[in-house]
Amino acid sequence: MVDVHSTRVPSAVRSHSDSASHSALLPPSALAHQFDDIEQQHAADELGIWLFLATEIMFFGGMFLAYAVYRRQDEAAFAAASTKLDAGLGAINTAVLLCSSLTMALAVHAAETAQRKHLIALLVLTIFLGTVFLGIKGYEYHHKYEVGLMPLAGFPFVWEGPSAGHAQMFFNLYFVMTGVHALHMLIGLGVLTVLAIKALRGGLLGEFATPVNITGLYWHFVDIVWVFLFPFLYLVR
Amino acid sequence: MSHARPTVRTLVFVFVALLLLLALTFEASRHNLGRWNFAVATVIAATKALLIILFFMHVRHSALLIRLVVAAGFFWLAIMFALSLADYGTRAWLPTM
Repeated sequence: MVDVHSTRVPSAVRSHSDSASHSALLPPSALAHQFDDIEQQHAADELGIWLFLATEIMFFGGMFLAYAVYRRQDEAAFAAASTKLDAGLGAINTAVLLCSSLTMALAVHAAETAQRKHLIALLVLTIFLGTVFLGIKGYEYHHKYEVGLMPLAGFPFVWEGPSAGHAQMFFNLYFVMTGVHALHMLIGLGVLTVLAIKALRGGLLGEFATPVNITGLYWHFVDIVWVFLFPFLYLVR
Repeated sequence: MSHARPTVRTLVFVFVALLLLLALTFEASRHNLGRWNFAVATVIAATKALLIILFFMHVRHSALLIRLVVAAGFFWLAIMFALSLADYGTRAWLPTM
């Protein structure tokens, strides 16, 4: 114990004096040492998130493909099942999510132009709108559970009309697709909360805005997924 | 920041366009367009997605490499849909035994 403690103290002192001399020579910089300049670093950051989003396109794409295949088999059953969803609530949620995309895009603008108060307000507003979306989604889920249209985890599926099998497949797809989408929203809200805390501490401004930009790209992607989910699930007639 | 970004004015304009497209797709779903219902909904959704990608995700101002990655992502998606639906869509052509 004594040995470990005695070796730690000098290293802590050394690293402290290192960072002190470093900051004496240079102003704090967002540029990591492996990049030539900040432009190259931004290009690498954006490339990274877009490669991730390309895998996300295929991830959600697989579910949209399953939807397309089953819808082809019985379009009437899918149309009948779709009328059980509340298109009004779906439209309101789409509007809420589009608003949150605007506030997110404005937050990126505020971060890059170093407007701290605007950045904090816009991040909080984006978190609020995302939470409203999930609240409405939760209300819809609860209603579907109550009327027996939630064929998950052994819950009963109550269907009066013809082709109950395909109607049940529609609701399976509805819950899996919107559920995975809601999970992406939750992750996004977690990241946004971390960003809001950093912004409150005076970070993420100017050349340090990259995390806001990257999170924005993710948030807009999740918005795009919903832009397709809404008509395919709520508006099939 | 020296790299180009959409202005606040552009972002708000795109947002209004997105809300109008939402109203359009909602209204179109209330009319019976027969087989065109699904096509209209898909085209409107794709237009909204394109607006979000070009302006909110500022791909319009992004480097060529980024635009290539975005296009490749949707190209892979198109391959998956084209080959899978070519399979399911032509199974009925086989004589039933």
